[in-house]
Amino acid sequence: MNTVIAAVVLLALLGIIFGSGLAVAARKLAVKTDPRVDEIEALLPGANCGACGFPGCRGLAEAIVKGSAPVDACPVNKEPAPIAKVMKVEVKASGRRVAKVRCAGGKKEAKERFAYLGVSDCTAAHELAGGPKACEYGCLGLGSCVRACPFSAISINENGLAVVDEEKCTGCGKCVSACPRGLIALLPAGEQATVYCRNMDKGAVVRKICRVGCIGCGICVKQCNAGAITLENNLAVIDPEKCNQCGRCVEKCPVKAIRGGAAETLPQAANGN
Amino acid sequence: MVDLLVLSFSTIFISNFVLARFLGICPFLGVSRKLETSLGMGFAVTFVMTMASVITYGVQKLLVLYNVEFLRTISFILVIAVLVQFVEMIIKKASPVLYRALGIYLPLITTNCAVMGVAIINVDEGYSFIQTLVNGFSAGLSFILAIVLFAGLRERMEFAPLPKAMKGFPIALIIAGLISMAFLGFSNFNLQALFGL
Repeated sequence: MNTVIAAVVLLALLGIIFGSGLAVAARKLAVKTDPRVDEIEALLPGANCGACGFPGCRGLAEAIVKGSAPVDACPVNKEPAPIAKVMKVEVKASGRRVAKVRCAGGKKEAKERFAYLGVSDCTAAHELAGGPKACEYGCLGLGSCVRACPFSAISINENGLAVVDEEKCTGCGKCVSACPRGLIALLPAGEQATVYCRNMDKGAVVRKICRVGCIGCGICVKQCNAGAITLENNLAVIDPEKCNQCGRCVEKCPVKAIRGGAAETLPQAANGN
Repeated sequence: MVDLLVLSFSTIFISNFVLARFLGICPFLGVSRKLETSLGMGFAVTFVMTMASVITYGVQKLLVLYNVEFLRTISFILVIAVLVQFVEMIIKKASPVLYRALGIYLPLITTNCAVMGVAIINVDEGYSFIQTLVNGFSAGLSFILAIVLFAGLRERMEFAPLPKAMKGFPIALIIAGLISMAFLGFSNFNLQALFGL
């Protein structure tokens, strides 16, 4: 019995001594943290997904307080207003960004080079002699992006193309890194004119392999009155900051590579022409 | 004095805690990507090991006094955990950069078998107070030696033309094994010749 008492008393004593020692040290060595960091952390979703680019929700809270991140940096948090109130700033409508798969050349429009019977993964297919699609820049439709999306916002349509549901997309960017061809980009949501092609081969080559691939003719560049379109490497590129969504490029593109605005022109419901 | 030097030498080179005793592998592999963080980790571990050795020496005397030596494991762990918490607070205050760089590996020093190992070895070998102090400190130095050596090699490995399957962790493990084998060369060291015994 003596041993038991001795054991309990000894450990309890050690615990108390060390505990109080630590408590004193904690007060003396306290690092002053801004209370706003805790407030903002509580307002964030707490998923620690890292989509904002910071290490977890606390990382973002610290960045917001420091000023290196805007109050609406969290793509999962749909209400930045309470955070803006803590920081005593106005919420600027910085525009929601969603992922877009910039390829409209599905089974109906683009040619295949060979029948691919390998692993159903885009990276694997891409590594095999450049992929089964004649266009080495286009969407392979094997679903690596679908699997990467934590919100089930991407799916492969019947035409064999990956398509994003803009309502579900939070702009986390996981699909962007999953695509081996860099086809997916985060662009402003809604009726934004986008070039649905990333092929940098010459127009004549593109014409042979895909009906809707950009041939670098430059008609869109001339049509744009905002100077938002440039031609780089036989490919039209639209700067979303400059685009005023007039839609002239969409109208005038001879191969219908530029789409945006009305839903009928998006690859999702493309009936090909 | 010479016997303390011999003790120190053998702990650092002959029975290197990481490379010969295979203790403390977790931070050894986890923090050794960069040289600066490795050094920071090494210093933290050395501090914890030295302080833990000293305090556990006292605790062991207490346990023997009250006939409760079976409490050794739990009371030692208590001491180590408290020390690590203390070190964490100091590092967080002194260098937030190092604190963030060490990340989760700092609290992991608590469960690090190397620290517990040195405390238990001190007791089992029946070292006096000064021997305990020297052994604890040398154990820390042995850890620093191993991790700094390893970090230097790993930094070089980043640029080596390796097969993709070997990059990163696999080659690190192989290198660790090779260094351990190299340190076996110290095993029958002629201490008499070195220290003039």
